[in-house]
Amino acid sequence: MAGTFKFELISPERILMTVDADQVRLPGADGDFTVLAGHSPVIANLRPGTLDVKSGNDSTRIFVRSGFADVQPDGLTVLAKGAVEVAELSGSRLAAEIEAAETALKGAKDDEARRFAHGAVEELKALGGTGGKGH
Amino acid sequence: MASLKDMRNRIASVKATRKITKAMQMVAAAKLRRAQEAATAARPYAERMDQVLANVASRVTTRDGQSPLLVGTGNDKVHLLVVMTAERGLCGGFNSNIAKLARADAQRLMAAGKTVKIMTVGRKGADNLRRDLGKQIVERVELRGVKQVRAAQADEVSQKVLALFEKGEFDVATMYFAEFRSVIAQKPTALQLIPARVPEMKGAGKAQGATAVYDYEPSEEEVLSFLLGQNITTQILRGLLENAASEQGARMSAMDNATRNAGDMINKLTIKYNRQRQAQITKELIEIISGAEAL
Repeated sequence: MAGTFKFELISPERILMTVDADQVRLPGADGDFTVLAGHSPVIANLRPGTLDVKSGNDSTRIFVRSGFADVQPDGLTVLAKGAVEVAELSGSRLAAEIEAAETALKGAKDDEARRFAHGAVEELKALGGTGGKGH
Repeated sequence: MASLKDMRNRIASVKATRKITKAMQMVAAAKLRRAQEAATAARPYAERMDQVLANVASRVTTRDGQSPLLVGTGNDKVHLLVVMTAERGLCGGFNSNIAKLARADAQRLMAAGKTVKIMTVGRKGADNLRRDLGKQIVERVELRGVKQVRAAQADEVSQKVLALFEKGEFDVATMYFAEFRSVIAQKPTALQLIPARVPEMKGAGKAQGATAVYDYEPSEEEVLSFLLGQNITTQILRGLLENAASEQGARMSAMDNATRNAGDMINKLTIKYNRQRQAQITKELIEIISGAEAL
């Protein structure tokens, strides 16, 4: 079933993004998954990581620190904390995110939190690598 | 009787005060607009959160083994009061109204034999409660230098609350803040944070249909426990934002009153001054005339 669906990215402070998306790939707690139009309703925790939003020819990558996704028949809502567009994530901004993730790693209380935080650090460092090449 | 010079000085000083209160009123109005926008912008997140939480909680039928954030510790002995106030005064009864509500509750709970612990957010609340409830204050968060309340501040507060809860320092947490009704009305409000009050489902029938087909990943319990932690932050953020808007509203109307009072005072003083000046002139004329007549 092709088509677009309404994608909303909401932070505690405001609505960050509202688009009609073709597909969105989410970093679920149990692994990445992609939402297309007509996905069955699901509520999923997210781990720190990037989500890919494809809307027509536009594609946006956004890094989120934590949050959850609420997939409904009429659209997808992501309630996210610390969401930053990957394109804006470079230099000091990236360093700050890495630092936050490393602090989370140190403060992690259980294996799962440690795994998430570790993944976040790795992912951010990888982003730093590609960002560096791009310049 | 004050001399004419004294009165001139007095009038000048009241005029200077009026300028200051007028300026503060205008600054508060500008800040109020921003605070209101922030509060409005934060609403979609809180609403979604409520919805999802209501959905999930309604699915979890048994209360056994659930997170203590939802069902409580089973005790009702130690209460934590999170009292949110402003960092600055000169905003009418704003700070003291919140403190008054918290104090009344603290005294009621203590009279009932419960232990009360207080966490203050914002300097004015701590100042206000220090005198009679100083021993109960376990934690103080100051928001000095914070221009605009953001999620980071709510995070800081909620992490402190959760850390205390994990240590078993309290059973019930209640948050005190001023709900923003309008520029002239701010209502001091108490809101229970832990155990969480699960929001009522809106449009029960429709929502019921939606819940039936939801999948949860990883599991209902994990989603729920994550949501409950998040929910506290969200509620605290809401309290802080409402408080920020209320503070500016209260300051605006307090300063409006002050400006008007200063105006009235200036009018009265000016009339008095003119009358006295005329009396003096008359007196001097009489002196000259009677001096001339005597010759």
